[in-house]
Amino acid sequence: MPNEPAPVPLHTRRTRFDPADELRRLSDGGPVTRVSLAPGAGDRPLWLVTGYHEVRQVLGDQVRFSTSRFGARSAAGGRAAQRPDEGIGLLMDYDPPEHTRLRKMLTPEFTVRRMRRLQPRIEAIITECLDAVERAGHPADLVELFASAVPGPVLCELIGVPRDDRDDFLRRCHAHLETGKERSERAAAGTAFTRYLAALVARQRKNPDEGFLGMLVRDHGDEFTDKELRGICILLMLAGLDNISGMLGLGALALLENPGQLALVRDDPAALDRGIEELLRYLSVPHAPTPRTAVEDMTLGGKRIRAGDTLVCSIPLANRDPALIDEPDRLDITREPVPHVAFGHGIHHCLGAALARMEMRIAYGELLRRFPGLRLAIPAEDVEFRVRSTAYGVERLPVTW
Amino acid sequence: MEIRVDRERCAGSSLCLSYLPEVFDQSDDDGKVLLRTPVPGADMEEAVRGVAARCPTGAITLHARDAQDA
Repeated sequence: MPNEPAPVPLHTRRTRFDPADELRRLSDGGPVTRVSLAPGAGDRPLWLVTGYHEVRQVLGDQVRFSTSRFGARSAAGGRAAQRPDEGIGLLMDYDPPEHTRLRKMLTPEFTVRRMRRLQPRIEAIITECLDAVERAGHPADLVELFASAVPGPVLCELIGVPRDDRDDFLRRCHAHLETGKERSERAAAGTAFTRYLAALVARQRKNPDEGFLGMLVRDHGDEFTDKELRGICILLMLAGLDNISGMLGLGALALLENPGQLALVRDDPAALDRGIEELLRYLSVPHAPTPRTAVEDMTLGGKRIRAGDTLVCSIPLANRDPALIDEPDRLDITREPVPHVAFGHGIHHCLGAALARMEMRIAYGELLRRFPGLRLAIPAEDVEFRVRSTAYGVERLPVTW
Repeated sequence: MEIRVDRERCAGSSLCLSYLPEVFDQSDDDGKVLLRTPVPGADMEEAVRGVAARCPTGAITLHARDAQDA
């Protein structure tokens, strides 16, 4: 049956806001479990890491756990494969020292102060999206008009995609990133998208502006190849689209189902900041960061791991571990924020965390301020969840106010 | 209590200054941590410990000061 969709990989399975029961049962056997995530996923041993401390241990140790399938240390002693063009610049797949070289140049572009310069533009984008919600009337789909509509234009602002190119750019980008497409169609879309990015990079090299790409070529023009700059733009899109749309849609639903907590974050900006940290933990929309490869034999969480084994760290289970927090399955936005791993941990910690926090703060805040009577327009049990995506979310969220 | 930061380890996550802007800052040049208040008051100790635990790369450490400071 060629058209039958592949089963949802075990580590991405959820039931509404919670990790699926079969996933939880797995973690009953200890913080590290040998699994088969999907049929035909390969014959090397695969481990699912579900304990909070063990996840921090793996993500925090770039010496014993590699994220790269390429370069000098690849495949734990295996022969180094050449990094394909489409993988160039995707930082999460790099180990030090290549990772260090690229990340060092990117870090100053993502400081809290730099991100604040984008704030007025982000506010304007969110206002436009909420205008569209209001125009759509009752009911309006909060996913189409808000959760999925905000992140793309914000990333265009960050990267420096001219306003007139934005719709084309985002359409090509979605086609490029979409996984369900036919291979040839995806390749063609990828070509159009990567061609556009190559032209954007070339323009910035000639006339750098004040945006992210302009600053990068001004400060480090000679240290980046064009392919690296292009790849970094793709990385930002990969990291900033599904994760944010997932958080905005799922977070809105979680708040709508908890009206007392919704009122608290609506009326108090400090409560909103704390609330975002709790939503990040509780919702844990990224299923797992880049799989790690053990570089040497070791014992982890009581299990014997061999060099070359693959480890997948479960973000939702780590963030629901009682070792991190009491009553982990309860959403409570009044909690003191805990050191959750929703943005990862270690040297690959999300580069755009400051931007993501600001984007969520403005988005949730404006949504709730503008529509104080916001409520679901369908029964809560009819909400469909987005499962086949790099980040969890909701498919549609019809609301009224 | 004295705070030390390892700027080589710092990944520029900006977590520390989001929680404690009165103690931590971030360089505009390299995006890495800067210390505003290397020796915060005792009332800050718990908050600083919380931030040190959050740091993704363990770049923030706390140290007892010498006896004469106690």
